[in-house]
Amino acid sequence: MIRVEKLNKQFNGHPVLKDIDLTVEPGEVIAIIGPSGSGKTTFLRCLNLLETPDSGLIQVGEVEIDAGKPLNQQGNLIRRLRQQVGFVFQNFNLFPHRTALENVIEGPVVVKKTARDQAEKLGRALLAKVGLAGKEDAYPRRLSGGQQQRVAIARALAMEPQVILFDEPTSALDPELVGEVLATIRDLAREKRTMIIVTHEMSFARDVANRVIFFDKGVIVEQGEAKALFANPQQERTRQFLGKILGAS
Amino acid sequence: MIAESLQLVADSTPFLLKGAGYTVLLSVGGMFFGLVLGFALALMRLSKRRLLDWPARIYVSFFRGTPLLVQLFVIYFGLPQIGIELDPIPASLIGLSLNMAAYICEILRAAISSIDRGQWEAAASIGMTRTQAMRRAILPQALRTALPPLGNSFISLVKDTALAATIQVPELFRQAQLITARTFEVFTMYLAVAVIYWILCSVLAHFQHRMETRVNRHDQEPQR
Repeated sequence: MIRVEKLNKQFNGHPVLKDIDLTVEPGEVIAIIGPSGSGKTTFLRCLNLLETPDSGLIQVGEVEIDAGKPLNQQGNLIRRLRQQVGFVFQNFNLFPHRTALENVIEGPVVVKKTARDQAEKLGRALLAKVGLAGKEDAYPRRLSGGQQQRVAIARALAMEPQVILFDEPTSALDPELVGEVLATIRDLAREKRTMIIVTHEMSFARDVANRVIFFDKGVIVEQGEAKALFANPQQERTRQFLGKILGAS
Repeated sequence: MIAESLQLVADSTPFLLKGAGYTVLLSVGGMFFGLVLGFALALMRLSKRRLLDWPARIYVSFFRGTPLLVQLFVIYFGLPQIGIELDPIPASLIGLSLNMAAYICEILRAAISSIDRGQWEAAASIGMTRTQAMRRAILPQALRTALPPLGNSFISLVKDTALAATIQVPELFRQAQLITARTFEVFTMYLAVAVIYWILCSVLAHFQHRMETRVNRHDQEPQR
């Protein structure tokens, strides 16, 4: 489903991703963990070209992008890829001038040219699915952070993507609102949706992900079956990181 | 004395209204073409290509850095010397539009760049083109920021149209000049004209306020 080969990215000559390879099978839920500055968010943003990789290959479904070639000549390809890749931001990034329902149907109506009434039907169903039936006409400002993030998840789902990427989806939330967003993502995992989640919620990663990837200093240090990796990390660096995180909580 | 003054104003009304008509024409026309050209310039200023950015910068610098009166004189009195003759109304309309465009460019550029980068990213992440993102996500929000300064510019423009009197446009202020030349009732006439400008600008300010309320509606409670 997703194939990444030799992905490289530098910021001002400073390498943040070094020759990353990754394959994701349909239905897999992958959690990416690691210290801040390890490159995990950059990696996620490279997957749908919000960040421009310097080189490497990214394939999602049928769409294949060679980051070595000039990306401004692959605009159509990039947009096709993005339609297949949902993205949920740390700061939600809902459109503040549109209601919850309008936010959700924006992609289908504008990008996919779905008929408006059909899109609205889909939008209402998706809002109900994330537990926000009745909030269709509310503007984002009137919703709590947890509700906004669930609207954002519905917005991503509305494009019927093959994979959804989550960039620290609960990091900007008040502690009491984290649970509702994680529960929503957990429901999606039960449906066998393909997802890649960058997260600091270790117990969530352990319980929900099939596979956990530990990033550090721009490389994948270790990856494996979620529970095994947490119970018995193979690399010293992973052990240190988990020790610090889990010891503190 | 007061009765005579009122009589003079009443007698002059047809001329003043005709003048006010030209004032409105120049204002609305100047704002319209100013918006069109100003938006194009703003897009050039926001471009990463220096070949687009720099001409727009120089344009804005020139039109903001020279008096509107001088610009009008260059267009109306200057251009004929290089073979371009314009009637007063087109000349003043061109001058006002070119001048407005410079200010509107800066207003729109600032408003568009004030929108959080996350909005562009959110639009991109659902597969929008840059044009779709601009139209659907960025501009509606930028407009909200831009409306108060745009309204102020419009009001300034209404008052600046009086400068067109200097190049023979028979607008409001010019009509007053013509009438006072006949009647010598300077105080009454210019005061009457001032009141008409005031009314025009007040009407504009009222609409500006209503539009601001409209675009800010997502800040209010949803309608039940």
